[in-house]
Amino acid sequence: MAKVYSNMAGTVWKVLVKAGDQVESDQTLIILESMKMEIPILAEQNGTVKEVKVSEGDFVNDGDVLVDIEE
Amino acid sequence: MKPSWSEQLREREKQIKSGGAPKYHEKLAKQNKLFVRKRLELLFDDGFELEDGLFANCTSDGLPADGVITTIGKIHGQTVCVLANDSTVKAGSWGARTVEKMIRIQEIAEKLKVPMLYLVDSAGARITDQIEMFPGRRGAGRLFYNQVKLSGMIPQVCILFGPSAAGGAYIPAFCDVVIMVDKNASMYLGSPRMAEMVIGEKVSLEEMGGARMHCTVSGCGDILAKDEAEAIATARRYLSYFPANWEKKPELTPAKLPAKTARPIADVVPDHQNMPFDMLDFIHGLVDEDSFMEIKPLFAKELVTGFARLNGRAIGIVANQPKVKGGVLFVDSADKAARFITLCDAFNIPLLFLADVPGFMIGTQVEKAGIIRHGAKMISAMSEATVPKISVIVRKAYGAGLYAMAGPSFEPDCCLALPTAQIAVMGPEAAVNAVYSNKIAELEEPERSRFIHEKREEYRQDIDIYRLASELIIDGVIAPEDLRQELIDRFTAYESKQVHFSQRKHPVYPV
Repeated sequence: MAKVYSNMAGTVWKVLVKAGDQVESDQTLIILESMKMEIPILAEQNGTVKEVKVSEGDFVNDGDVLVDIEE
Repeated sequence: MKPSWSEQLREREKQIKSGGAPKYHEKLAKQNKLFVRKRLELLFDDGFELEDGLFANCTSDGLPADGVITTIGKIHGQTVCVLANDSTVKAGSWGARTVEKMIRIQEIAEKLKVPMLYLVDSAGARITDQIEMFPGRRGAGRLFYNQVKLSGMIPQVCILFGPSAAGGAYIPAFCDVVIMVDKNASMYLGSPRMAEMVIGEKVSLEEMGGARMHCTVSGCGDILAKDEAEAIATARRYLSYFPANWEKKPELTPAKLPAKTARPIADVVPDHQNMPFDMLDFIHGLVDEDSFMEIKPLFAKELVTGFARLNGRAIGIVANQPKVKGGVLFVDSADKAARFITLCDAFNIPLLFLADVPGFMIGTQVEKAGIIRHGAKMISAMSEATVPKISVIVRKAYGAGLYAMAGPSFEPDCCLALPTAQIAVMGPEAAVNAVYSNKIAELEEPERSRFIHEKREEYRQDIDIYRLASELIIDGVIAPEDLRQELIDRFTAYESKQVHFSQRKHPVYPV
């Protein structure tokens, strides 16, 4: 299982996937809003979303787990 | 019949030039490594010109050339000095004569004022020889002292083929650029075995000090190469942007248009301020085809640094990358920028700043990591740079981001903006919230939304780019399709720039 991490502090603006979704490497899973910028968080591999750990509006820090993906 | 003196000499030379025992050559092949003399053949235009100290330690057994080759050859017609460890000889370890040879080739590079290359593949000091090679006036420490002294005088390039352990790890650390071969190269002060013994940590070499880690996380490595041939080709390419020493300028090469496949830069930049785009597309649309060479492409990717050519002229580019972390400046990106700016300025490579920056990152994490002093380091390096320096506001430059990207106060030769650019302390959304937070809280919908919209519009007009041009804050507004020619003309015009930044011994660096 692979974890997708936040790469900077910010607020979860959009969650684009849900548990069970098939995703591909480089697909945008979540968009954070930070420093007034959209920060897309991409999948690093193909797989199935096991769990989305955050909801829209949540504050996340650099290094927090956002999504679990199963290969 | 007894062989002649010359025949005896040839035989000894041949023996020495074959390096260590066959079993060590077999080991090299298994590790996908090349013999050191093969590496040097690939590095030079046409092989060796001369070599010193071939017979170093030749009266001892099994130490041909004492494990290092020191030589002079040519790269793109330019004379360079090289030291190259031979890992078939006692794992490339350093004895007294190894160190003396290395020090001497540095001294030659200094006298000739030519680039110095370090081809490192060494287990470090020979503990058995420590008194002769470690502590004294011409011990290994002298290598680093010389490197510091040569820094900025001549280009110093490190290609790391294998380990650079303990003290040896400082050779790459004092070079201008470190090219590391994936899987084989490593840098570390204490080996995994030592880490386990001394601090109780269990870790693999690759994880603790491997090439990929250093090129992505620590920033000790600049370029990760997939194999040795690629690493050597990368070093040759890198030097093509550099003059032989600080008193010369990089050579012009034949001009080329941007790649036909590159997107026009007008199409690359989105109208919306907050949407990501790939700054590399912008760069490729701007510079001569195939001329962009990125430095530290895997480290602090929210900022792009690299060499390129504009109409054949070598330049250094520092650009925010909105595709990664919104292009916000962090501790590592500020560090990356400072280092690259210093490198370009030392060797008369003009600087182009491409700004699309929301500012420096805020929040607890970065404050604890010292973002202010790292930001100060970047601003300090950028201020001190006296090479031709052009700042282009591509889409936005907010807050100290404007300063760090060679904004108008920092004596760029010009600050240009694309028509869509915004310059401000902060963007309209943040500014309206900051100024009118009480008022916004009091209002009910729909008045609240209308009020916010109205104030944001006022703010946008207040920071309108033509207003800034009218106030002479920026020196010109340039259409994206004209930017390349404008930059070519300006870098040509600024060619004769000569500035002494200030009179003193040296600054007190904010590092």
